Amino acid sequence: MSQKVLDALTATHGAAIERTESTHGDEVAWVKADSLVAVATWLKNDPAMLFDAPVFVTCIDRLDWQPVGLPPSERWTEDKPRFEVAYQLRSTKHRHRIRLKIAVHENDPRVPSLAGLWPGFNWQERETFDMYGIRFDGHPDLRRIYLYEEFVGYPLRKDYPKDKRQPLVRRDDLPINPIKRDQTDRSAK
Amino acid sequence: MGLEITTTRLEDAAKWAKQSKLERASNWGRKWSLFTYPFVTACCGMEFMAVAASKYDIARFGAEFPRFSPRQSDLLMVVGTITEKQGPALKRVFDQMAEPKWVIAFGVCASTGGFYQNYHTMPGADQVIPVDVYIPGCPPRPEQVLDALMMLQDRIQSGRGHSQLRLKREQLIASASREEG
Repeated sequence: MSQKVLDALTATHGAAIERTESTHGDEVAWVKADSLVAVATWLKNDPAMLFDAPVFVTCIDRLDWQPVGLPPSERWTEDKPRFEVAYQLRSTKHRHRIRLKIAVHENDPRVPSLAGLWPGFNWQERETFDMYGIRFDGHPDLRRIYLYEEFVGYPLRKDYPKDKRQPLVRRDDLPINPIKRDQTDRSAK
Repeated sequence: MGLEITTTRLEDAAKWAKQSKLERASNWGRKWSLFTYPFVTACCGMEFMAVAASKYDIARFGAEFPRFSPRQSDLLMVVGTITEKQGPALKRVFDQMAEPKWVIAFGVCASTGGFYQNYHTMPGADQVIPVDVYIPGCPPRPEQVLDALMMLQDRIQSGRGHSQLRLKREQLIASASREEG
C-alpha cells in the first residue's frame, strides 16, 4: 500500500534501515536505534512524506515467542533482541502510513524518544515505559502514567507473574475468605 | 480464627433477641430509609440505573436517594471492578461514612474480582472494606439487587450488619471493662 514510502526511505537512509517487510497491508521498516530521530525527522518534514499524525507507539515482548508452525530461524532465542518498539505513523496529506520498528535488547532497553517531534507520542511513550520498562532517551517527563509509584516491575512483560498483585491497602480487622486469603498470599510473593 | 468470628456472630445474633424496643424501632427506621452512595466504577452502573429508575424502582424500599457525599449516606454500593489503585479511595469513602453503615458488593467484580486475574484488579471489595451482602451476576439482574436489598433490610432489622455488630462488640467490651474497673 505504501511501498513507495519504503522505497524512498531505503534510497535516502539506506544505512539506517536494517530491513523492510510488508505484512497484512502494513509496511514495516526496521530502523537502527541511533539513527531513529534522523529518519523520523526526515519522514515528518520531507514534502513527499509529510507524516503528520502519530498513531501509536507500543512494544512487543518476544520472550519465549515460539508459536506452532513458525520456522526455527524466526523463533526467539536468548541471543536475539527481546523487545520490539513500534512507532506507527500516518500522513493525512498523502494518505500513506508506515511502521518503524526498533529492536531492543533486554539488558539495556533504551530507545530515542520521538515525543519532541510528535507531542502525541509523549503519553504513549510513558505508557510503554510504564508497562514494559523501555527507557525513552530525551523524553521530557518519563514517569509511570497508569500505575502507582509504589508498583515494582513492569506488568506487561512476559515474565511478570500473571496474577501478582501489589496492593496499596488491605483491611486488617477481619479474616477474609480462605480462598481469597490464599490468593493474596500468592500475590504477596 | 474464622471459627471464633462465627461464634461471636452467633452470640451477637442471640443477643439481638433481647433487643430493646428502642433498638427495634431505630433499626426499623434505618432499614426503610437507606441513603445509598453509589461507588460506580464500571458497566454494572447501567444496571444500578435500571434498579433506581421507575420500572424496578428502588424507592419502593425506601432507598431512592443516591447521595453523592459519603457523609450523608449509610449504604455504600460498590458497583463494578475495583482496582488496586482505587483501594485507598474506596477505603477513604467508607471511613467517611457515619455509623452505622452497610456495604453491598454489586456484581462479581466487586464481590470476587470476577474474571479478572491480573496485576491491577482487587479480588473483591472485601479486601479493603467489610461487605454485608454480595450480589453475583455480570451484571446482576435488577431483581437480584432488590433481593439483596431485602436481605440487607433483614440484617439491619436484626442488628447483624458489620458496623452494628462492631458497635455492639465495642459496647460490650466497654461495659465489661467498666465492671472490672
